Amino acid sequence: MTTDIGLWGVPLAIIGGAIRVSTPFLFVSLGECLTERSGRINLGLEGTLVFGAMSGYATAYLTGSPWLGVLAAAICGFGFGLVHGWICALPRVNDIAVGIALMLFGMGLAFFFGKPFIQPVAPDLPTINLGAWSDIPQIQAALKINVLFIIGIVLAVTMAWMFRNTQLGLTIRVVGDSDAAARAMGLKTNRIRFLSTACGGALAGIGGAYLSLYYPGSWNEGLSSGQGLMAVALVIFARWNPLNCFWAALLFGGAGALGPALQSIGITQGYYLFYAAPYVLTLALLIATSSPSKALTGAPGALSITR
Amino acid sequence: MTHIEKKTHSAIGIEVIGMTMRFGSFTALNQVSLKIPPGHFHALLGENGAGKSTLVKCMMGFYQATEGEIIVNGRQAEILAPQDAHALGLGMVYQHFTLAPSLTAAENLLVSRRDASTVIHWSQEKQKLTDFLGTMPFTVPLERKVYALSAGEKQKLEILKQLYLGCHFLILDEPTSVLTLSEADEVLGLIRQLCQAGQITALMISHKFREVTTYADEVTILRKGERVGQGQTSQLSVAEMATMMVGKPVTQNIYERQPHTPVPVLSLENICCEDRSGLKSIEIDSLNVCAGEIVGVAGVSGNGQVELMEVLTGQRSLQAGGIYVQGEPFRATREEAFKHNVRFLPEEPLHNACVSGMSVKENIALRDFDRDPQQKRLFWLKKRLMRSRSAQLVTDFNVKTTSLDTPIESLSGGNIQRAVLARELTGKVDLLIISNPCFGLDFSAVADIRDRIMQARNAGAAVLLISEDLDEIMELSDRVLVMSEGQITYESPIEQTTLEQIGQHMAGHRTTAWIN
Repeated sequence: MTTDIGLWGVPLAIIGGAIRVSTPFLFVSLGECLTERSGRINLGLEGTLVFGAMSGYATAYLTGSPWLGVLAAAICGFGFGLVHGWICALPRVNDIAVGIALMLFGMGLAFFFGKPFIQPVAPDLPTINLGAWSDIPQIQAALKINVLFIIGIVLAVTMAWMFRNTQLGLTIRVVGDSDAAARAMGLKTNRIRFLSTACGGALAGIGGAYLSLYYPGSWNEGLSSGQGLMAVALVIFARWNPLNCFWAALLFGGAGALGPALQSIGITQGYYLFYAAPYVLTLALLIATSSPSKALTGAPGALSITR
Repeated sequence: MTHIEKKTHSAIGIEVIGMTMRFGSFTALNQVSLKIPPGHFHALLGENGAGKSTLVKCMMGFYQATEGEIIVNGRQAEILAPQDAHALGLGMVYQHFTLAPSLTAAENLLVSRRDASTVIHWSQEKQKLTDFLGTMPFTVPLERKVYALSAGEKQKLEILKQLYLGCHFLILDEPTSVLTLSEADEVLGLIRQLCQAGQITALMISHKFREVTTYADEVTILRKGERVGQGQTSQLSVAEMATMMVGKPVTQNIYERQPHTPVPVLSLENICCEDRSGLKSIEIDSLNVCAGEIVGVAGVSGNGQVELMEVLTGQRSLQAGGIYVQGEPFRATREEAFKHNVRFLPEEPLHNACVSGMSVKENIALRDFDRDPQQKRLFWLKKRLMRSRSAQLVTDFNVKTTSLDTPIESLSGGNIQRAVLARELTGKVDLLIISNPCFGLDFSAVADIRDRIMQARNAGAAVLLISEDLDEIMELSDRVLVMSEGQITYESPIEQTTLEQIGQHMAGHRTTAWIN
């Protein structure tokens, strides 16, 4: 049974899509936010995301539990973060170059190990039907919310609180802000960055698991469409604030859902153009929020792009 | 590691006996002793490389002294690491700020306390911080982010941080090198006040005689790792201290001034631009610099001097008005600078006037590497010419470098500035625009550089000198301007003004009552 709700279908589909599509953006950007707040850039999160998607899918298929898949993705992501953090702690190593190398490495490794898992079907992650009160199927579809999305929101709030209200959060910010200050305090900058990068990697891995275990919900080589890279732009747009990361992820998710939403009401012209909306949005936001005369406000001072 | 001694709330007395520090065959410190009773303000004078930093680093546990001992409050102390020094109540304020700029003052204070609880209860902590500040003679805005604080406020926060951590012996490494005159006076006055109240004992490294004679009780003078003088500041003259420091009598250089011709070379007319924050504007109605004249621009830092320099070097766009050099509009392009012989000496030359990774030779050639001696454009670089020219300049300007191919960043501050001067002051100079040329340089480099500037003036160059060092302005200028809140508020020929008058205009609307 379908109810025709006309043009209302478009915003509804965008909202539903935003919630569905934003989750990987949210996790990767929170991971990147944590890493960048400690003073490193990890461009390798795209590779981490893809490897997380593969390992999560494979584990879920082999064990039958999607949650074990998420855990496996997080552990793999943590491992990738450790490698990045460890290489960057060596003298005269550029974190951006290491990130690009790890991105390609992660994707290659995922494709290599992932070949046998393209055919089989793994169990999906559970959802919560917040739309059960309505009998309009479109609303029900839009408000079918994955548990990981809710965990993501909780995580964003927790991270924002941690940066403000805990000794650990302040320490990470000091390390990311000024090497001189951190050294004067006797902090081990490399160790803190190492662990932050590893935890950031774990979050990106979870983002990957969402891709393969819920939406789109299967493992193949074209699964990620650059979410891991766009998350870097998203963090800059969100001014390194976890709560802003959430809103920015929703915005990007909504832009990603624009194409399918318009298609659903029969607009097929410029179909590919609408699919490019997130990328156009990335460019537009970076241009709009840049300034020729002022430095980025809120940027961690020890980041290699601001130094 | 007992923490019993740490929790004293009064000043700590320290005695250093026979401290020697050797790095391989090099003796950085040789049998230096000094005694600082509780509540005293002790100054450590010496040129760069005299061993001041080595001495305090040994005291703070960054280095292990080869010989010698430290006695803290009458008991021999073993300081193997900075943590041991902190546990004894010894704290250090560094020359450069060690605050995290994007954290608020309160966050910076709290994060520095490594024993603080995992979760911070802000309302309680704020109350505690406010109570703590209530016991101090000065305060800082706790809620403001550190990058928005002035240099003076940052330095005050650094001092508060040490007191907050329970340190009652403060080592200050050139604490005023990034402060303006009035900020320096305020900060040092407060330290003195804390010493007199018996809350702290202070040991200050300094180059500046004025600060030492005005604020310190006693002074120790080091030269080449040896103690060459010690005594009450009230019983030593500046000349005596300078002699001990440099080893040979220093005569205050009284420059010979050629009379200048009243032909304006640089004129600014009704210029207006945004300041750094974008909230206020810089407005200068008229500013002229004539050939053969040094115009000094004084002012408390952050009153638009940086922006003025940026406008003149083409780094900041104008909203209105115009800059004219020799009567023609000037936009600070390379072509125009060549045509009118305009040269620049920005502050912090390593960052603003050099490519730090390039060699001394290349940096000296930066201005005219693509021209031949007849000023014709070159396509291929003439490496041999570059080498011979820079070799000549290195000798002429007395730049101390191991070779012409050494990266310029490995030179000392004074030698970097000399190399930049060599580049900017060769050939005909019609207009020289300078900002803080002697920031953080040692005694002999300062004299050298001021001498060169004066020579350029006497050769007929118009010189605009933007400086936060009032002594420098008084020494060099023919005419003084004062910048306050983005405007020029005072102008006078040097003979007709006094330090006090300039100081008053620098203070602007601000009250100066707190200096006392």
